[in-house]
Amino acid sequence: MKTETAAIDIDRGKGDFFYPEAHVRDAGVGLSERTIHYIADVKEDPDWVREFRLRGLKTFLEKPLPTHWASKDLEAIDFDKIRYYLAPGTEPKRSWEEVPDDIKRTFERLGIPEQERKFLAGVEAQFDSEAVYSNIKKAVGEQGVIFVGSREGLKNYPEIFRKWFSKVIPVADNKFSALNSAVFSGGSFIYVPPGVKVKHPLQAYFRINAESFGQFERTLIIADEGSEVTYMEGCTAPKFNTPTLHSAVVELVALKGAKIQYITVQNWASNVFNLVTKRGLAQENAEVKWIDCNIGSRLTMKYPSVIMKGRKARGEVLSIALANDGQHQDTGAKMIHAADETTSNIISKSISIGKGRATYRGLVHVPKHLKNCKNNTECDALLINSTSRTDTYPAITVRGTGNAVQHEASVSQVSAEQIFYMQQRGLTEAQAMSLSVNGFVNDLVRQFPMEYSVELKRLIELEMEGSVG
Amino acid sequence: MTRNDTATIEKKAAAILSGPSETRELPDWFREQQRAAWKQFESLRNPTRKDQSWRFANVGLLDLNPFKYGSTLTEKERTTILEQSRGLEEVAGRLIFAGDELIERNVISEQLKKRGVIFQSLERAMVEHADLFRKHFMSQPAQLGSAKFAALHQALVSSGTFLYVPRGVEIELPIEIFHWLTGENASAFPHLLLVTDELAKVTVIEHFRSVTEHAPGFACGVNDLVAGPGAKVTYVCAQNWADNVVALQMNSTMVDHDASAMSLNLHLGSRYSRFESLSRLIGDGGRSDLLAVAVARHQQEFDARTLQDHISPHTASDLLYKNALDDRARTIFGGLIRVEPHAHFTDAYQKVRNLLLSDDAEANSMPGLEILADNVRCTHGATSGQIDEDELFYLRTRGIPVPVAQRLIVTGFLDEVVQRLDHPAIGEHLHRLIEEKFAA
Repeated sequence: MKTETAAIDIDRGKGDFFYPEAHVRDAGVGLSERTIHYIADVKEDPDWVREFRLRGLKTFLEKPLPTHWASKDLEAIDFDKIRYYLAPGTEPKRSWEEVPDDIKRTFERLGIPEQERKFLAGVEAQFDSEAVYSNIKKAVGEQGVIFVGSREGLKNYPEIFRKWFSKVIPVADNKFSALNSAVFSGGSFIYVPPGVKVKHPLQAYFRINAESFGQFERTLIIADEGSEVTYMEGCTAPKFNTPTLHSAVVELVALKGAKIQYITVQNWASNVFNLVTKRGLAQENAEVKWIDCNIGSRLTMKYPSVIMKGRKARGEVLSIALANDGQHQDTGAKMIHAADETTSNIISKSISIGKGRATYRGLVHVPKHLKNCKNNTECDALLINSTSRTDTYPAITVRGTGNAVQHEASVSQVSAEQIFYMQQRGLTEAQAMSLSVNGFVNDLVRQFPMEYSVELKRLIELEMEGSVG
Repeated sequence: MTRNDTATIEKKAAAILSGPSETRELPDWFREQQRAAWKQFESLRNPTRKDQSWRFANVGLLDLNPFKYGSTLTEKERTTILEQSRGLEEVAGRLIFAGDELIERNVISEQLKKRGVIFQSLERAMVEHADLFRKHFMSQPAQLGSAKFAALHQALVSSGTFLYVPRGVEIELPIEIFHWLTGENASAFPHLLLVTDELAKVTVIEHFRSVTEHAPGFACGVNDLVAGPGAKVTYVCAQNWADNVVALQMNSTMVDHDASAMSLNLHLGSRYSRFESLSRLIGDGGRSDLLAVAVARHQQEFDARTLQDHISPHTASDLLYKNALDDRARTIFGGLIRVEPHAHFTDAYQKVRNLLLSDDAEANSMPGLEILADNVRCTHGATSGQIDEDELFYLRTRGIPVPVAQRLIVTGFLDEVVQRLDHPAIGEHLHRLIEEKFAA
């Protein structure tokens, strides 16, 4: 399919393979207190984490599915048939050679070691429930940057971990954050000391290999005063016949003047339910920026949020969603202004192809007595076929004077004249269409790191194949 | 002309929650429908804020227990109402309702009657024009959240307006309808059924007012507007209930091919007022304009829910809602443009603008899109802001005091919507009502 090696591989065909399972730890099928105790035992959780998990389970069981506003497709998830914990029963490896051969083969096929050599400051790879490989470049480690799996974070840095864990996203935030709280495993723990600017991105790679499996990683990133960090995550899974569940919780804490940029390229197979809660907290003068690309999955529900808690904090979400046949990308953003002079920006572009459905759901909240808060929201949707669907559901609350909030959305299709013009110049209809779509997302993609923008463009071309005619 | 006096005297004020009265002189089939509607009202649960269509709304205000219906009017009240029912200078016809009682009717000209225009009370229409009535009466299900209250309306409605404009007839002057609430805890179930045939043209303005200042009351109205092929329908609602009234209004407009419908809702009064506007574009070339202006003060809450439903290809809709909010007032706008499959070449627009004048005011906007066809142009926008300091400064340099300058800017902001109506007489009337509210 392609010969050159790109920096970040997010080609859907490439992820669709799996190896036989050889898990030593297996919590079995279904969810009960027993499952929780099994996970807590295996992971040697301290008591407060075990209690936290049990609280998560209770909340999860109490809360109804949010189908009064969300897609009814959620009912297709059978929580009793999912396997909640699977792990090889070993510690994550520090050198690539130590990683077991079959897992190594998986990640080599996905190009992880190559990427690490190329430009990453650190890599973590998660295979089903646990990190199998975690490495950080020496120079970065020497600056005091911590980049480990969540389990190691909890074990080795309990004072930082516990201080911030679940402080941005409470257990009862929603049904799926509660589920994650109950069975979380894996994910990254990152701490950047004051003033340290991590030059190269840190990357995590999430891979589901087992059928009927649920992956529940939990990521916590703390950028201390004046520090800067970029984190990238990629995800793939083979396509099984039964639905697979991915329900992560990601918490970002940007202390005074810190900057966190979090980049996701989600390319799950089209049987994965991707129900993720992502939220960042920005203190005074801090900035949290989410770059969120959703290409894969059957149903994605993900609304990265920023709580701007300190004066002059900034929040930004740049979102691209591509919904093809059988896919529903229900994405968006939430901006909670909680201090004066905070500014937020949301730019969302979605493309619906075939019978795909793309939904933007947004929330902007400016409470009482704040001054000079600004929000700008733009969402544009592009429809390719007559069976494609797009929705926009923003909710904007503004209290008081002295703030400016604007929201704009548009829906359009590729203009026939444009296509005709390009065909006149010798392009095929498909090439012309693909060029138009790339033009539609271009101004947004240009803001992404180079490696991503190149890949995304290529991926869009791939998705556009066969969509016309 | 008034209704049979003995019938009204027999009626005692009953709690609205005790259900439809059996003493009313209405056709059996209609009474049957009312009983069914009452059952439906009882079976549907009360809305909660968790319902998407009631998000942000203060549903706690919807306690119907205190309200009575069917009370009789004293002669003095009747005189007061007739005196105060002043709206437009020139009209083609006028009806005045007190509660659910029709107390005055200025009929349309003989000439219009001869051409087949029907303008009469609902209860007469259900007898004299049963076919037309049954075809259109509440034919659109309440889709925007108030199914329960639409059922309540249907169960308890006992009068209202029926207006039919036949093919090719254009009524130049507006038709005017007054609805009054009198006394404490009174209720009203205003109803307007407007059916226009091909190429007909008509303008209707409804005034909603209270006799007793600050009196609590409850109004639950339904409007069904049918714009036939090529027809032109303009509907204006001037809502100015007393400031303790809870009001719900469900408006549905059907727009046939090449027809155009324009509606403008002015919200000034009530404690809580919810207005649902459904516009269904069912024929090629149809166009619907939805306009609204709200001036919310003190602890008022205005809750607007709209649906621009594009069912046919080549249809257009344009919505412009503007709110000015002062004190602790709240507004909610929940709007949706829905383009059904195959409704290609839709051109839809939706814009809501909030002007916040105090630090305690709250504006909620939920402009939505659901697009199931391609080849469409759909845009929406929502803004919330405050008075531009530069504009204020400019007016002050011209010697205009701050309060006057503020009012000028706010009325200017709202006037843009009224201008779109392009009807000087109605525009002037609405403008006066807005000025009065600011002066109060």
